[in-house]
Amino acid sequence: MKGGFLLRGLDRGGLIFLAIVLGVGILVPALNLLVPPGNPFHVPGYAVSLVGKYLCFALLALSIDLVWGYCGILSLGHGAFFALGGYAMGMYLMRQIGARGVYANPELPDFMVFLNWKELPWYWYGFDQFWFAAIMVIAVPGALAFLLGWFAFRSRVTGVYLSIITQAMTFALLLAFFRNDMGFGGNNGLTDFKDILGYPVQAAGTRATLFFASALALALGFLLCRAIIRSKLGKVLIAIRDAESRTRFLGYRVEHYKLFVFTLSACMAGVAGALYVPQVGIINPSEFSPAQSIEMVIWVAVGGRGTLIGPVIGAILVNFGKTYFTAAIPDFWLFALGGLFIAVTLFLPKGIVGAVTDWTKRYRKTPSRPDPVAPKPAE
Amino acid sequence: MNPDLMTRTLLYLDGVSVSFDGFRALNNLSFTILPGEMRAIIGPNGAGKTTMMDVVTGKTRPDAGHVIFDGKVDLTKQDEAAIASLGIGRKFQKPTVFESHTVWDNLDLAIEGARDPASTLFHMEGEERDRIEEILGIVRLRERRYELAGALSHGQKQWLEIGMLLAQNPKLLLVDEPVAGMTDAETAETADLLREIARTHSVVVVEHDMTFVRDLGVKVTVLHEGSVLAEGSLDHVSADPRVVEVYLGR
Ligand SMILES: Nc1ncnc2c1ncn2[C@@H]1O[C@H](COP(=O)(O)OP(=O)(O)OP(=O)(O)O)[C@@H](O)[C@H]1O
Ligand SMILES: [Mg+2]
Repeated sequence: MKGGFLLRGLDRGGLIFLAIVLGVGILVPALNLLVPPGNPFHVPGYAVSLVGKYLCFALLALSIDLVWGYCGILSLGHGAFFALGGYAMGMYLMRQIGARGVYANPELPDFMVFLNWKELPWYWYGFDQFWFAAIMVIAVPGALAFLLGWFAFRSRVTGVYLSIITQAMTFALLLAFFRNDMGFGGNNGLTDFKDILGYPVQAAGTRATLFFASALALALGFLLCRAIIRSKLGKVLIAIRDAESRTRFLGYRVEHYKLFVFTLSACMAGVAGALYVPQVGIINPSEFSPAQSIEMVIWVAVGGRGTLIGPVIGAILVNFGKTYFTAAIPDFWLFALGGLFIAVTLFLPKGIVGAVTDWTKRYRKTPSRPDPVAPKPAE
Repeated sequence: MNPDLMTRTLLYLDGVSVSFDGFRALNNLSFTILPGEMRAIIGPNGAGKTTMMDVVTGKTRPDAGHVIFDGKVDLTKQDEAAIASLGIGRKFQKPTVFESHTVWDNLDLAIEGARDPASTLFHMEGEERDRIEEILGIVRLRERRYELAGALSHGQKQWLEIGMLLAQNPKLLLVDEPVAGMTDAETAETADLLREIARTHSVVVVEHDMTFVRDLGVKVTVLHEGSVLAEGSLDHVSADPRVVEVYLGR
């Protein structure tokens, strides 16, 4: 019974999405590795990392959609879960540097030697093992979300107040990770990585593998979310989003449901962060900045919340625009982002995917079976 | 408190008071519902009928008094979900269904069964199918099962919510103004439906519509300013001069 759980996500739409994501996951690295430079079909190495980064953002957006689009929890702190997953991976990568650092200390990362530390802090233990780091990538964001959710949902903190708490959380972490004595590299964060699982991080083959891993993680994340949404639990989530107190009167413990999706979502965000770090080569406290978390919510809104596919499209489109604008007209990006958000709220309240769905419905003019999960426009 | 009476009742309210900013919505309210009983509650606007249901279902905590369910459980110490799980279902005055869910899914959410996340996550559809079909027939929403509940008419939402109550199969049903906004024919049908439900459940109905209350043909409790003014058959309370003064004679 439980074995077939993930397969529930595999309806036609889900299959098409999976085929595209996995297709890209194989095609892009192949065009990079197998087609010689100079050939018009060659994908340059930097583009592999860039699109790989977008895939991580897409997974992150998916995790936000699960809580916001389906359960009405507007988290403005998902950047923190993403960054914590990233730091866990970064710590593993730091320990892989070994004696190849500037100070050639086999045990301590450079920044600790620089701070005159004599031994590794206890919370760095175990991070030389990949399996340990991999567990922490999920466990640390998950534990933080569980703790925060435990108190917030039990006290029935909802709406704006919950959003503010999540912002405060990521802001507090920003300040903490900036401090040198926290032992996470302070301002500079963790960088200068050398190896991952024994392979050089920068090598073309590693880059291709990381790219594929990101596509696979996105595909699995999508499958998981879709299976959840299509289960009875998914129906309860939507009921909570639309009429929380009514759901209680049916006997559902709303706080347990919220805690479940919030924690799961944080774990997914952590995985996204962990895949992001080796591809960009650095993790620093700026990932905790409140503006970062707000930007993520905009990706979801642009793509269409409560659609799963929408946030994936939104994350990729907005970040593509960001890459383009910050290179072409750097000062313009924040205005473009703000303008985009206002435009979407005013003209596409259901985002790109919501608008397309509405449009095709009207175009066909046939009363089809309604989409039971589409949320009401903006709260 | 009267422990002897309490143990024989399904619902036992004793000296319940609720104030909102100094205004007493319920004032030392006491009454009892016996197992299997159907009771109609009437009273002018603002008498405290809905507030009474809020107290019983855990939405509002009383300032004083006892609310005992099934002769033993003190409801004032439980939250909404726990009270619902004990077997108390409620239909709200303003029909509240899950508008972006289909009619079918509304019933599926209401149908009795495990309520914890692990159970609902791995729940397989199937067992309750027949029961949902049956309820769809009872509340006449068979043709509209795949439509969004938000698209239903006011009267149909009322019926869907009654259907959700049936699906929940609680020991006690609290039904707040079930025929508001219905035509006379629909009102009569709803009375039939509730009488049918009352054969196997205990029901408390709040209603202003006197024809409807007469159709139900059950014991009536008159609330006024947060306490019981009179109790008995509709004819009996209608003849009570105090009731005539505060309510029927307006
Ligand atoms: N949450 C609240 N805050 C303040 N006052 C309230 C609240 N809920 C109810 N009241 C007041 O308590 C009184 C009783 O309200 P209640 O809704 O119980 O009346 P009712 O008998 O259901 O009336 P109606 O027939 O109009 O539905 C009213 O005067 C109402 O304004
Ligand atoms: Mg009322």
